Amino acid sequence: MHIAEGFLPPLHAAAWTLAAAPFVIHGAREVRRVVRDHPTSRILLGAAGAFTFVLSAIKLPSVTGSSSHPTGTGVGAIIFRPPVMAVLGCIVLVFQALLLAHGGLTTLGANTFSMAIVGPWAGYAAYRLLRKAPFAVAVFVGVAVADLATYVTTATQLALAFPDPTSGFLGAWARFMGIFAVTQVPLAVVEGIVGVLLFRALAAWAGPELADLGVRGFAARTERESSEHEVTHA
Amino acid sequence: MRRHLSTIGLIMLALAILAGTFLVAGGAEFGGTDSAATEAIQASHPAYQPWFHSVFQPKSAEVESGLFALQAALGAGVVGYILGRLRERAKHRASGDA
Repeated sequence: MHIAEGFLPPLHAAAWTLAAAPFVIHGAREVRRVVRDHPTSRILLGAAGAFTFVLSAIKLPSVTGSSSHPTGTGVGAIIFRPPVMAVLGCIVLVFQALLLAHGGLTTLGANTFSMAIVGPWAGYAAYRLLRKAPFAVAVFVGVAVADLATYVTTATQLALAFPDPTSGFLGAWARFMGIFAVTQVPLAVVEGIVGVLLFRALAAWAGPELADLGVRGFAARTERESSEHEVTHA
Repeated sequence: MRRHLSTIGLIMLALAILAGTFLVAGGAEFGGTDSAATEAIQASHPAYQPWFHSVFQPKSAEVESGLFALQAALGAGVVGYILGRLRERAKHRASGDA
């Protein structure tokens, strides 16, 4: 999903940077708030950032004969809500642009928008919509959707910048979707499974932190108690 | 025990999906999708010139893959350290209560 350095026309590069900036600034405030209000959750913040760091560095093979990397943003979006991931994802992308020549500074805005904003929000939305489903199912779908939505966004960004001379935006979109989204489907499934495994470990060992942050299922006991309270009052 | 079995099952499933991609794609070269996109742009818009270049470019593919491995190792090290710390803490608490 990394759009290479210089591969977005200046106008597009500037527009995506302007679009991404408010999310990253808001996210930075959210990080500060989380650290202040939930000091014990700092260790999970580190885990969420490191998880994105690992996953976005590993290129995996896929059915299309191409290789691509997962994003690792879904887990953090579920634990900390999406704004925090705008910051963590952006940091990872800066690192890759500066040290790995992967992505770039001119395309940082567009890449942040896909991987650190649309991905986490789409994954978190899917996770929330599945609140009636078993927790593991909601986590699996949320993490996989965060991964896939990132690549759909990249395909859209490139189609907007480089519409096909004959078939226009839609023709270019279909081509970029073929490159990115189709390749990503099995990788998103794998990332969903890894996300479920990570959540199982955290559920076993970091219950108090997850409850403090209000993650579903971990704050359930207090919710149930308060709802029983309401019933007796009614 | 059931928990451990399902954990192992999930790991096997993830590995099976990755291994399966080799069977489906056959003898493909598994080039990166990012460079495939760059090539597609150059094919459809041959006149487009990248107007900015990376401030730092790894000198060879070996150096580049080494830096990627370093990124993964740093991340995995931190994740492993944190999970290990949380696990020991949970064990400590469990035995402390008893």
